[in-house]
Amino acid sequence: MTDAAITGVVPPANEPLTTADGRPLKSALARAERMRRVKAMLLVLPLLLFIGVSFLFPIALMLFRSVDNPLVADHMPRTVAALEAWDDRSELPDEAVYAALVADLAEAREDRTIGRLATRLNYETGGLRSTITRTGRRAARLEPPFKEALIDLNEDWANPETFATIKRLGNRLTDVQYLAAVDRRYDVNDNIVAQPEVRQIYVSNFIQTLWMSIIVTVACLVLGYPVAYLLSILPLRYSNVLMILVLLPFWTSLLVRTTSWIVLLQTEGIINDVLVWIGILSDDGRIQLIFNAEGTVIAMTQILLPFMILPLYSVMKTIPPSYTRAAMSLGANRYYAFWRVYAPNTLPGVGAGCLLVFILAIGYYITPALVGGQDGMMISNFIAYHMQRSLNWGLAAALGTILLLGVLILYWVYNKLVGIERLKLG
Amino acid sequence: MTGQNDHLVRFREVQKSYDGETLVVKNLNLDIARGEFLTLLGPSGSGKTTCLMMLAGFESATHGTIYLGDHPINNVPPHKRGIGMVFQNYALFPHMTVGENLSFPLEVRNISKADVQKKVERALEMVQLSGYQHRRPSQLSGGQQQRVALARALVFEPTLVLMDEPLGALDKQLREHMQYEIKHIHENLGVTVVYVTHDQSEALTMSNRIAVFNDGVIQQLDAPSDLYEKPENAFVAQFIGENNRLKGHVRDMNGSSCRVELDNGQGEVRALAVNVTGSGSPTTLSLRPERVAIDPVPGSLPNHFEAQVEELIYLGDHIRTRVNVCGTDQFIVKVPNAHGHASLKEGSTVTVGWEIDDCRALDA
Ligand SMILES: Nc1ncnc2c1ncn2[C@@H]1O[C@H](COP(=O)(O)OP(=O)(O)O)[C@@H](O)[C@H]1O
Ligand SMILES: [Mg+2]
Repeated sequence: MTDAAITGVVPPANEPLTTADGRPLKSALARAERMRRVKAMLLVLPLLLFIGVSFLFPIALMLFRSVDNPLVADHMPRTVAALEAWDDRSELPDEAVYAALVADLAEAREDRTIGRLATRLNYETGGLRSTITRTGRRAARLEPPFKEALIDLNEDWANPETFATIKRLGNRLTDVQYLAAVDRRYDVNDNIVAQPEVRQIYVSNFIQTLWMSIIVTVACLVLGYPVAYLLSILPLRYSNVLMILVLLPFWTSLLVRTTSWIVLLQTEGIINDVLVWIGILSDDGRIQLIFNAEGTVIAMTQILLPFMILPLYSVMKTIPPSYTRAAMSLGANRYYAFWRVYAPNTLPGVGAGCLLVFILAIGYYITPALVGGQDGMMISNFIAYHMQRSLNWGLAAALGTILLLGVLILYWVYNKLVGIERLKLG
Repeated sequence: MTGQNDHLVRFREVQKSYDGETLVVKNLNLDIARGEFLTLLGPSGSGKTTCLMMLAGFESATHGTIYLGDHPINNVPPHKRGIGMVFQNYALFPHMTVGENLSFPLEVRNISKADVQKKVERALEMVQLSGYQHRRPSQLSGGQQQRVALARALVFEPTLVLMDEPLGALDKQLREHMQYEIKHIHENLGVTVVYVTHDQSEALTMSNRIAVFNDGVIQQLDAPSDLYEKPENAFVAQFIGENNRLKGHVRDMNGSSCRVELDNGQGEVRALAVNVTGSGSPTTLSLRPERVAIDPVPGSLPNHFEAQVEELIYLGDHIRTRVNVCGTDQFIVKVPNAHGHASLKEGSTVTVGWEIDDCRALDA
């Protein structure tokens, strides 16, 4: 033992503390804690692995897929190489490029990859699918000079833009999907320009998605706040019943609910019937409440309401009634006491509820798909469309990445403004 | 006491029931004088908080009338009563600074900014927290929060301040310190205080008068010294301070004193007839441990018994002695640790004695 340990004299502040047998206190502590930490790690390891495999890995894959572009580089290598030398975009490329093109397409047809190739190029420039497949079918029989032969076959081969597209897609990494996701594209000179008006759908849909999510969030807050308040002040046996009602949406099948919304909301539905019966609406002024944006908002508000109520409730539950009473004893009337004292203390719950509902709403898929109709679509419906129908996974990934980025930015802003540690979810 | 106009608060036949089945407060009649420090003391659940809440306006009286000054206030909402209140958990607004907490009642009253600042500073000075204006309540210790709550309840200069177990969350030392501080503030400001506690020593320290509550009824309303020395019933005697209890029946009455036959047949005690109806009525005799003499001069005291020393506990200033006397072995005698005090031994036989006036015959 050292003297310090025996006499209890504390060493000077700049010397590290040591244990009784002279080992540095820090390392002794670390050793003592290590075993415990390892055990704790082992306990959570399965979950970490599961999250890694089922969550982080797919997200990484998505990020990669949104910029990954192997098709053209792999299956038209000769054309891509020949196009390296093509600089003057106002002129058509020379014979070498056309020859390479014919060779590539013939081989692609042989390998049966031409379909995918055609689809990929078609995403970029509409109409290229048929050009490619038709050319591929004839490629084996074409005679040089290929330039004239191809132009003869299809006028797309007389358009420099076609080659600009092929050259651009020859890069293995590409940002065209992100451009497409914000309604932009490259023109023949590789300048970024807006898509033609008929193809501009994503930006306006991002805005619509944002807008609908905001409306849903506000609606949930307005409807959920009084319910949460009631829950927090009712005696237990009533609040339990109310809580069950709040959680009921979790317990009923979405399809059952969708059916009932249709019954309720359609033009000939109960709500319209009642409004007509009361005389608020005329019989031919019935309003469409489903299969449009309004329907989506109504249905999503109902589904997401519990996610607002629960965090609000958990915060309100911890606010002692004595706050309001104190405010009133100090001379504030009921409303002033609520506004100045009660409401500010519910802000962490409001923040958490709004964040949760908004994030869930912005990526919501199933409800808009079921009751959204044409103009109630949200961005996730487009993502699903590109994943399942058009099979343009790259674009789906780009749209998804933008969505993810938006959520992360929101999270970051919330953290800056309120602080994530103040988030109370239940 | 004083005329009716000196009473700031009057409870008249007030009853309260929460569930329509049981009365939590039963027929309360209570007058509180201006400038008085009145404490409601009683065990938990005896209805103290309920009384305070009715006065503050957060609970309505089921029956009866409460007057503030000359006006019934049953239908006046809490924020118009102008009563300051200190809550048990302080109820400081966590999202406001100390300064904002204190200016809250002033802003509500539309007092000019300059005056607000002055009053806030003065109130903080009063509780010795000058310079803490910009702290948040969470950055203060329990005792400091307590003082802020006190300052906030006083800053708008109410004539009446209610406090519901305001020191309950503090440790013993701080609690005693705050007791004196509150008492001094009360004396300096002349404000009327209604104070609720279940701690009898706190009540004895601070109050002008104490209303002892049990089961929704005021058992006794008196000054602290009277309450301790002249309890009127067995509950008060038991609740305030320590007392030895002997059960018996009145044999006969003789003016203010009576003779009581102990139920266990272990003798007859002469006592002061306080709360007995006449001969034959059952009674509980109450005797303070410090009023019992050990080995008194024979014949000097009217009550004189032999006792076995069962246990001695040394407590510094006195020795707590448990003796077996009159058939009970839970009889406590406090022997002061004065110079030349009787040196007792466990198991030895002594005599104990007491005066008639110190032994009160109360209800059974
Ligand atoms: N809000 C309430 N609802 C129903 N019963 C209550 C309520 N507040 C108090 N009580 C009941 O009234 C009785 C007295 O309570 P209280 O006035 O708080 O007593 P104390 O403050 O003396 O401890 C208790 O039995 C308690 O259970
Ligand atoms: Mg109480």
